[in-house]
Order: sequence, then structure tokens, then C-alpha cells
Amino acid sequence: MSTVCDLLVIGAGPAGMAAASTAARLGVSTLLVDEQAALGGQIYRNVESHSNDADGVSAADWQRGAALVREFRASGARHRAGTQVWQLDPAQEGACKIYVTDGTQADVIRARRVLLATGAMERPVPIPGWTLPGVMTVGAAQILYKTGKHVPQAGTWIAGSGPLLWLFAAQALEAGGKIEGILDTAPRSNFAHALRHSMAALRGRAYLERGLALQARVRRAGVPVIKDVAAIEAKGEDRLTTLRFRVGGRWRDVLASTLLLHHGVVPNVHATRSLRAQHRWDGPQRCFVPVVDAWGMTSAEAYAVAGDGAGIVGAEASALRGRLAALESARRLGVIDEQRRDTEAAPIRGDLARHMPVRAFLDQLFAPRASLLAPADEVLVCRCESITAGRIRDAVRLGCAGPNQMKAFTRCGMGPCQARMCGLAAAEIIAHERGVGMEEVGVFNVRPPLKPLSLQELAALPE
Amino acid sequence: MTRETVTVYVDGKPVSVGAGESAAAAALHAGLSYTRTSPVTDEKRAPYCMMGVCFECLMVIDGVPSRQACMVKVAAGMRIERQIGARELG
Ligand code: FES
Repeated sequence: MSTVCDLLVIGAGPAGMAAASTAARLGVSTLLVDEQAALGGQIYRNVESHSNDADGVSAADWQRGAALVREFRASGARHRAGTQVWQLDPAQEGACKIYVTDGTQADVIRARRVLLATGAMERPVPIPGWTLPGVMTVGAAQILYKTGKHVPQAGTWIAGSGPLLWLFAAQALEAGGKIEGILDTAPRSNFAHALRHSMAALRGRAYLERGLALQARVRRAGVPVIKDVAAIEAKGEDRLTTLRFRVGGRWRDVLASTLLLHHGVVPNVHATRSLRAQHRWDGPQRCFVPVVDAWGMTSAEAYAVAGDGAGIVGAEASALRGRLAALESARRLGVIDEQRRDTEAAPIRGDLARHMPVRAFLDQLFAPRASLLAPADEVLVCRCESITAGRIRDAVRLGCAGPNQMKAFTRCGMGPCQARMCGLAAAEIIAHERGVGMEEVGVFNVRPPLKPLSLQELAALPE
Repeated sequence: MTRETVTVYVDGKPVSVGAGESAAAAALHAGLSYTRTSPVTDEKRAPYCMMGVCFECLMVIDGVPSRQACMVKVAAGMRIERQIGARELG
């Protein structure tokens, strides 16, 4: 069975839902596919059934998410849940073939245009012991909370920096969770650097006020917050038992059964990389982003990107960028003309202008500590193939210039995650070791299939 | 919120979990201390990202090896088992 549509939107978070609704309302035949069972993406995960969050620290998020779901349901766009994309073909004769699977059967979708709204992932920052059971990300813990109302138990520590860390801590405490302490790894100097952007940031006051309120909530709950933590190590035989950290030049050991790590979020560029679309290094956000124009159009014909996948902007701006990309997609499909596109875009651009100025401030405030991006030689960087930072450095000394050569030297990036976890961290180590910029080092090439498939799944594919 | 639950079998042990949860979440709630061993080093590993990125959650589900357990929604009677070492996707 194969499916046909004019616009295929991939990812049902704020950007994807807003884009699909906008396009469908204009009369574009639109299909939204997403790997989760329900609409919402990561930020609004389970928003339709998560009625508990109608009040509390995420009430405003919940309402915005619910409004996007309502708009989507009324728009006439179709939705296919539980669908993972494993191959995106370049446009050919006016159509793109997108290969998907529901986990048991593969299928192909033919679309005239594609809008990628695949969002962000947490920045993987390797520390000693991060592969021990008991160590997971803050985002993972938040997913357990959003889908099953599970909250952190006694023995849980949180470490790292970023807005999500504080949001989750406040959410978890409010829901009755236990947090032994928070290790804030943001360097003290971040604040002074961020102040340079404070005038612009004042225009996004709501973000700052919310951030301060979340931190205040955590402190009021009596959770110790340890600032300026320079290093973290997870220790244990087969499971995490001890957390070590260095603050003010001194190491401390505490008992821990769960460690939740978070070092901000970076765009999920796996799909755009597999298309060989152009990417650039974003210095302030320390990540690679696809090159897009003012409408989110990439260098790959017929493919657009919107939302955090095109550079981190947050949920509200993501939805707005989704709408802009949908307008231009509709224009290129011949459904609306340029004048209509611009008339509809004007108020959206106005809203977007309110959300963007605060970003530079937030990027600086939560910038990852440089020393964490240069892990010690014995730290595992590639979790799949168990490749250490030391082996990556050895390869560089032997002449390895970038991640793609690194595969030949070490198998780094060749496991099932296809370098989703080690790619950025390995590139940072190579750049540091060679003394060159990240643009020069580049990132791992991505080849389909984007996820491993079984023969049985493939057997269902037409032709 | 009324919570619909289903019973799944984690390494043979019945566990009741929310109907919207993933097989990886079920394994964690069942108290499974690890969910697979590394095919390279035999180290014990457990779900790390819960959102389909890290591939640490590869488990044997209903007899099929190397399923990404965090992306598989639970179903009544589902058998979720630890994966030891390398297993080809069937
Ligand atoms: S826990 Fe990371 S992919 Fe499943």
C-alpha cells in the first residue's frame, strides 16, 4: 500500500501541528506522520490525555499544546501515528518518496513536498560512567512522567544546565517526586556574558520571569542547588551507586541511585543530513543546523525544515516557523499566490519578532561548560561501539581529520544509533585536538536506513 | 485522570503498566536493573533517552530481537525480555 499527498509533514510537535493545520486550511492535501502514539511531540507529549497538567507549572504550555491539537483536528489534515521514517529520497520528477514503518510493516509515502518538523534532542555530553544503568537524561525522566506519571524517587540527583532542567525539577517536585540535589554545571561567567544581550532579552521578559519562578520553586522545596560544578562522574559496578562531583576545586562523593543529565537541546539533524542538505555551525548554540531561508526552505529541493530542527527557538516560535514554512510550501504547490502568502505571513512574523530576541541571552546563560566538552581519555564517547575519547584523540594524531574518517580508524559512529549520540561530541574532540573550527571538522554522513529494519518489515514494501 | 492499565511480562514476570507507556518504561517499572548488555564489551546498559535516539533500549519483544523498546507501545500480554549481546533484527 502506498500513500499519496501534496505535503507530508514529519513530526507532530508544535511546528509540525501548526504547519499541517495551516497547509490543510489553505486547501493543501496534508498528511502528518509521527513516531509517537499521540499528537504533541516531546514538549506537548500526551497533551490530550494529560489533564493533570491543566494547572501547575506547565499550565500555559499545556493550554498552548491543547489549542494546537484542536486546531489540527479541525483542519482536515490527516494524521498517521506510530510511524517512523527510515529513508527520505531526493525529489524526482516533482515527487519525494518517503519510506516509513509502523514497526511491523514498511510502507512508502509519495509527497510533492516535505516539511521536516523533527525537533530537538538533548545534547549528549559524555561523562565518566554515563553508560551505567541508573544514569539517564532529564528528558527521559520527563517522558516517564508525561506518559505514566512516574516521578523521581529518593536517591535521584540532577546535573547539567538548561531551561528544561529547571522545568522538570519543578514539575517533578510538584507531582510529589524526590530530588536529593541539583548540580548546576553552567559556569559562573555565563551570566556576565549573557548580560550583553540583556536589553534584547527584556523584550522577552516572560521567558526570564518564568525561568526565575521555576528556580525559586525548586529552592522553596528545600532542594540543595550546588552552583558552578566543574566535573561530574557516575560510579558503580553494574549500576550507579555513587555520584562524584568537583566544586571549588574539591571532589565530593554522594550516594545516588539515579542521575539525570541535561546539557541543553540541539536540533535533530539526522533527516536533513541524510538528504545531504547544507548545514552550518551555529557558534552560540554550539550545534550544526540546516541552512534555511526566511521560509524554512532547505538546499534540498522540495524539503523544508521548521521548529527546533532548524535551530533552537522554543515551542512557541517553533509553531510560528511551522506556519511560515507551510505558507511557502502552499505557494510552491501553486495553492496560494505570493500576495496571499505575504499577507498571511505578516502577523506571524510580528509574533516571531517577540520570541526571538531572548534567544541570544538564553544561549549564553545556559552555554555548556567548555571543560565538559573535552572529556578525559578514558571516557566512553561512542556508546554503541564503546569508543573512548582517548581513542578518538589517538586517531587524530594518526591523521584523522573528521568524523567520517573516524569510522575507518575506530568504528566510532558505526553502531545502531548511527552517531546520533557521539557525532557532536566526537566532532568537538577532533576540533579541539586539531585546533580548528567545527565547520572544518564537519559531522558524520548519514545513510539510510535511518533505523534498523527487519526482513519481515521490508517484505511488506510495495514493488 | 482514569488510568487504563495492561499486563505485560517483563522477563516472565507480570507487571501492570499504563496503556500509553512504552516497553522500555515497563521494563524500568518492573525494576529490571539493566535491559541489555553491550555486544562489544558485555557491559550492562539501560534505556538512556527514552525518545528513540540512543538505541540503548534494544530488547527482545514478543520474540523479536533488537526492538527499540522506548518506541514500542505496550500491549496486553506483551513479552519484554532482556537482550544479551548482539542480536540481528529478525
Ligand atoms: S532509550 Fe534511547 S532509543 Fe530507546
